Amino acid sequence: MSELLEVNGVSVSFDGFKAINNLSFSIAEGELRAVIGPNGAGKTTFMDIVTGKTRPDEGTVLWGEKGISLLSMSESRIAQAGVGRKFQRPTVFEDQSVEDNLMMALKKDRNPFKVLSFRASRDDRDRVATLAGEIGLATSLHRKSGELSHGQKQWLEIGMLLAQEPRLLLVDEPAAGMTLAEREHTTDLLVEAAKTRAVVVVEHDMEFVRRLNCKVTVLHEGSVLAEGSLDHVTRNEKVIEVYLGR
Amino acid sequence: MTDIAAPSSPRGAFVMRHPSVLIFLACLAIFTVGVTVLSEGFGIGVLSTSFIKTLGKTLCLCLVALAMDLVWGYCGILSLGHMAFFGLGGYAIGMWLMYARTEMIVVESLSNAPLPPTPEEISDGIASQIFGVVGASDFPPIWGFAHSLPLQLAAVVIVPGILALVFGWLAFRSRVTGVYLSILTQAMTLALSLYLFQNDSGLRGNNGLSGLQNLPGLDSVSQDAVSMWFLWGSALALGLGYVFCAWVVSGKFGSVIRAIRDDEARVRFLGYPVEAFKLLVFTLTAIIAAIAGALYYPQAGIINPAEIAPIASIYLAVWVAIGGRGRLYGAVVGAAFVSLLSTWFTGGQAPDIVIGSFRLQWVDWWTVLLGLSFVLVTLFAPKGLGGLVDLITERRSPDRHGADLGPDMGSLQEREAEK
Repeated sequence: MSELLEVNGVSVSFDGFKAINNLSFSIAEGELRAVIGPNGAGKTTFMDIVTGKTRPDEGTVLWGEKGISLLSMSESRIAQAGVGRKFQRPTVFEDQSVEDNLMMALKKDRNPFKVLSFRASRDDRDRVATLAGEIGLATSLHRKSGELSHGQKQWLEIGMLLAQEPRLLLVDEPAAGMTLAEREHTTDLLVEAAKTRAVVVVEHDMEFVRRLNCKVTVLHEGSVLAEGSLDHVTRNEKVIEVYLGR
Repeated sequence: MTDIAAPSSPRGAFVMRHPSVLIFLACLAIFTVGVTVLSEGFGIGVLSTSFIKTLGKTLCLCLVALAMDLVWGYCGILSLGHMAFFGLGGYAIGMWLMYARTEMIVVESLSNAPLPPTPEEISDGIASQIFGVVGASDFPPIWGFAHSLPLQLAAVVIVPGILALVFGWLAFRSRVTGVYLSILTQAMTLALSLYLFQNDSGLRGNNGLSGLQNLPGLDSVSQDAVSMWFLWGSALALGLGYVFCAWVVSGKFGSVIRAIRDDEARVRFLGYPVEAFKLLVFTLTAIIAAIAGALYYPQAGIINPAEIAPIASIYLAVWVAIGGRGRLYGAVVGAAFVSLLSTWFTGGQAPDIVIGSFRLQWVDWWTVLLGLSFVLVTLFAPKGLGGLVDLITERRSPDRHGADLGPDMGSLQEREAEK
């Protein structure tokens, strides 16, 4: 498998605090990966760097077969290149319907003039309806997304990410604040998504990570502490020390 | 206007799919016909010509309010500078009106001379007529196109359009948002107004351009008729502007700009170039404002730099807030309601209120009342007059201002949404 994303020697500090310290990390095409680590390990900062929200002080972030640097690109260009991001808190556009939210996310030309003249075709509507079905919101298409429950908003956001058809999906704590049944549905969605694209899940919850059944990277103080299967990393002495507690 | 998605009928004319547009156009048509019938120029003469002009000007203010609603209510850019674009539109058309009429007067007065006047003599005559008041007798370079109606009409669109494009590009590119952007737009407006106040700005300083109500070559037509022409023109422009704005906000573009208003960062991660969208909306609305201004000032008869003063743009925001931002009819209702009320209060028709020995005169106290109602609307009725429509239709709109309480507090949000 070829590498889709390669993070090399990246460091970033905020007011002298090194949030990311010489982090190197790579994700292969179509890989499902869980990233765990204690608070302040740099998980969210790592996502900020990949999506262009934060510029690192040093290091490289290379993307795709051609190894394009993501560091010189704007957030929107990175998103267009195929990096999708799901935030910790559900951020959907609450004033708009589920259908509008999904339609906006659908992979189409993002040029303002093209958007202005855009009118949804039968295919687009079908695609939105199919996506809504996958995330369990088929009957809520015309409801305002602000009316949805917390779990439903999380799914809607995942649905929007799928609509973007990204090649890499970054998911920040998808299971936070969910009931058990909702967590199971979320796991299914992510595992399903990882069949066609690379998915990186940042999570605190070990049970959730276990259910994903994938390679795990442990971050600590802004760099990689251990990497491997969940059983492998949980046996690692250092990991037990910093993360699982003595 | 936010609930106009009608996916069940994707085909059919745009206006048919959006009944609120149809209702608006019907109201506008009834208003225009009604005024025509009651006018002095073409009807039974119940409404005076000066009142017709007030109504025509109000229609233009409604049009600029539409632009404000698009840029603020829908895209979340609180521009406090759109009346500057409105004023520039007025100046652009005013230059031609003044030039062409002065030219006729000069040619007529020179026609009695023993020798036919040379083009230079005519030009000098016009220049001294127009600029004598500021102690100059040469045409400044910016008057180079004033002789041509088509070129000045083009300037109505191009000059404010380019100003908005350059200003917007600089501001949005540096990601200036929120109150800082509002302050920047105020600064732009103030700078423009101060520049125009100078006598050597080439636009007659604080005298401004006057006599704009007299259309060149139409001296024989009475103002009774001219006022009606402008009312019709303004009504047409408002109707077209409304349909255009409704079209812009109805589709995916409307979705995206509302999303930018609610959570700009999230829209970037969807892959939309947020700055380009903002720039397009800002420029587009500046052009609409300029067109409204070009129709307004020939009815007002005079334009001077005071019209571009920062306070004018703040009034515009107040109209839209009182009418209800984020819905097009709200902007129109707000602008019409507040500006007509303002005309009534400041026109000396409103009865004074006597409290003991104190005499409250509305001419002075109207602004206090307006400011107070703005504060009250912001605090207690953020939806403005448009909120009254919601009371009837009971439209639910979970307005969380993009603020998010986090996963643990998620259930709290959901409870808020229920009410």
